[in-house]
Amino acid sequence: MSETETAPTEQEETAPEPILSVTDLRKEFSGITAVDSVTFDIEPSGMTGLIGPNGAGKSTTFNCITNLVSPDGGTVVFDGEDVTGMPTYRIARKGLIRTFQIARELREMTVLENMMLTANEQNESPFHAVSPGLRDNVRRQEERLLETAWELLEFFDIDHLAYSYAGTLSGGQRKLLELARALMADPEMLMLDEPFAGVNPTLEERLLDRLHALTQEGYTFLVVEHDIKLIMSNCERVLVMHQGELLADGPPEFVREDERVIEAYLGGEVSG
Amino acid sequence: MSRAGNVVESVRARLADSDYSDRSLIVGTMLAIYVLYLLVGFSLGFDVNGQVNALQRITFLTAVFAMAGLALNLHWGYTGLFNVGIAGFMAVGVYAMGMATAPQNPETTTAVPGLGLPIPVGILIGILAAALAGLIVALPALRLRADYLAIVTLGLSEIVRLSFSSNTLGEFTIAGTTMGTGGNSGINLVGDPSKIVRQFYETGFGIGPLSDLSGAILDSFASVGIEQIVVINLSYTVVVVGILGFVYVLVQRLGNSPFGRSLKAIKEDEETTQSLGKNTQLLKAKSFVIGCGLLGLAAILWQGSRGLTTPDTYMIELTVFIWVVVIIGGAGSNTGTVLGAALFVSILDEGPRFFRDIVNATFDIPRAPTSIVEAVGSIGEGDLMPLLAYVFGELAALQFVLLGVVLILIIKRRPEGLMGHRKEPASTLDISRPATERGDGAPGPPAGSSDPEAGTGEKEDATDE
Ligand SMILES: Nc1ncnc2c1ncn2[C@@H]1O[C@H](COP(=O)(O)OP(=O)(O)OP(=O)(O)O)[C@@H](O)[C@H]1O
Ligand SMILES: [Mg+2]
Repeated sequence: MSETETAPTEQEETAPEPILSVTDLRKEFSGITAVDSVTFDIEPSGMTGLIGPNGAGKSTTFNCITNLVSPDGGTVVFDGEDVTGMPTYRIARKGLIRTFQIARELREMTVLENMMLTANEQNESPFHAVSPGLRDNVRRQEERLLETAWELLEFFDIDHLAYSYAGTLSGGQRKLLELARALMADPEMLMLDEPFAGVNPTLEERLLDRLHALTQEGYTFLVVEHDIKLIMSNCERVLVMHQGELLADGPPEFVREDERVIEAYLGGEVSG
Repeated sequence: MSRAGNVVESVRARLADSDYSDRSLIVGTMLAIYVLYLLVGFSLGFDVNGQVNALQRITFLTAVFAMAGLALNLHWGYTGLFNVGIAGFMAVGVYAMGMATAPQNPETTTAVPGLGLPIPVGILIGILAAALAGLIVALPALRLRADYLAIVTLGLSEIVRLSFSSNTLGEFTIAGTTMGTGGNSGINLVGDPSKIVRQFYETGFGIGPLSDLSGAILDSFASVGIEQIVVINLSYTVVVVGILGFVYVLVQRLGNSPFGRSLKAIKEDEETTQSLGKNTQLLKAKSFVIGCGLLGLAAILWQGSRGLTTPDTYMIELTVFIWVVVIIGGAGSNTGTVLGAALFVSILDEGPRFFRDIVNATFDIPRAPTSIVEAVGSIGEGDLMPLLAYVFGELAALQFVLLGVVLILIIKRRPEGLMGHRKEPASTLDISRPATERGDGAPGPPAGSSDPEAGTGEKEDATDE
């Protein structure tokens, strides 16, 4: 456990149960310690930022939490349940959905197909798909899903792209699609890996807008982002990683003053 | 103008209706192949029985290869599973059926005894056995990286073939029941599914109206000079084509459903699919097992009608042939797969034989020289015939050369195959284009949408600016 400095939280006694708590998470790649005893809790609803220089271990932390890469040590508790080592898909089904740094939309599928894919409570039985009567039930279920899909596409202003192949979308549009698609799974918490990378300022504005609206609705976000200014002005709490370790954890004002954070960023940048 | 315009419009509408155009594509291709074969048959002086037989043969082979192709399309085209053990799963299906249906006390001493079950039960056992073999492979192999599946399936198919030809399994006794694979000499397929058709014509299953019906059919064919055996083969082919239609709808429905959508996603990016909450192992296993069952069915319909099957039917070539069917047709398209089977059978498989027959009938082909040197040598004397005769003598090799040329052409010119460019909507609903273009009631953008242009692509650049 590193000597992480924790900000004094005023409502300590009223603090709700954390939705995600990561304890002592560790991952080594042939000698490099990509994630080094990282410990943090995320309270439900709200937006937490995760920043750090390149190679700090942010993406690897996400991968370990979702067990896409199995951690070498530590525990991950989501929604009161120990999900360490649970198959990735089951963690996702529990309501913890992540997006990828390089948008991984399914290029050969249309935007609508990408959306429809994600809904978790759908009937994927091959038997139901082929049986005359049961297929009608599947169809009715899909009609309802399609409505939700259209609503989300409209929410993110990409409904005009519904019939396009995801591979033909621009970088920014893909980021929007990834987020819309993640929401189709009806998650409780979203971990977004650089959702603003390659997104132009207008779109970034709109995306932030949507994220804040969703936070109001009670969604929880953990957002990795390189644009420190953006994180500082939009998140109520910021985690800073450096060389696999968690350097600081607290409100933006607190983190901004942290000596080691400033040092990690070679000064200046953080205060900007 | 307006009438011509109407015709153009209606043709366009029909072509846009993919089901309709798919059906006409398949029927059109088969008709073209029939015409070609009929012309060749006429020039060879075939009588009506010969003509019908030739058409029946290519239709039958097309149907079974298409069925196996559809199974592989489910594996590879939809799910991205690299199955190179097709021959093995086919063998398991046929042998299980054969062992289940062989009589417990065979009349001849050379025949291997079996369980003596009725034909339909035997067929079901064959399908289940192939599916079970698929499950056994799927459980360990699908957890590993994609290329391991190729190694495991290839290994399995060779193990299956060698086991079936080994004498150890030739005849054995379990729990007092003796059965076996017949070793190298193969196994008699008592559960021949075409027997049911034959019974219909020979006895009408002992039911009065049915035997009247079969008698009437035979009479009407006899009046144009077609023999009973040809009618039986023809009828069995019709049955197999019907089963192919059933399998086609089955695979099509699997693809156009939430199940198919998840398979498509797995093919593209398994990690992402997992991250979205899909149990990709289970989905892959289901796809694999269903496909293997269908391979078993295709093989039973194919080999069953021969009455005997031997291990050397299930060499790697068979796997390659099914792959060629899917590659020609275009992975991911069921219609393409059926077209691929039609072209494979009529041109690559049966074509060279027919070509040889034409040439033999037209020219006076000398006796084949004993070596390629001799054959090529005579070209110098301005005589091509010895070379031609030599090539015809090595027809199997010629087929492989042709196969290679076709594959190279496809991979260079059209790697997506005939129909691989066309994407099927991965849903029970048609979500591939706006309802306004479709003209049906499937839900599109909600009617109360604030933006009347939603879904028309007019705002294309708004998002990015
Ligand atoms: N699969 C892997 N195999 C080997 N090393 C890896 C692997 N994934 C990450 N690493 C290493 O782990 C360290 C942390 O990488 P990670 O991608 O988590 O950083 P990051 O904070 O997301 O960086 P960036 O801001 O550039 O995305 C790096 O040194 C990287 O090289
Ligand atoms: Mg990263």
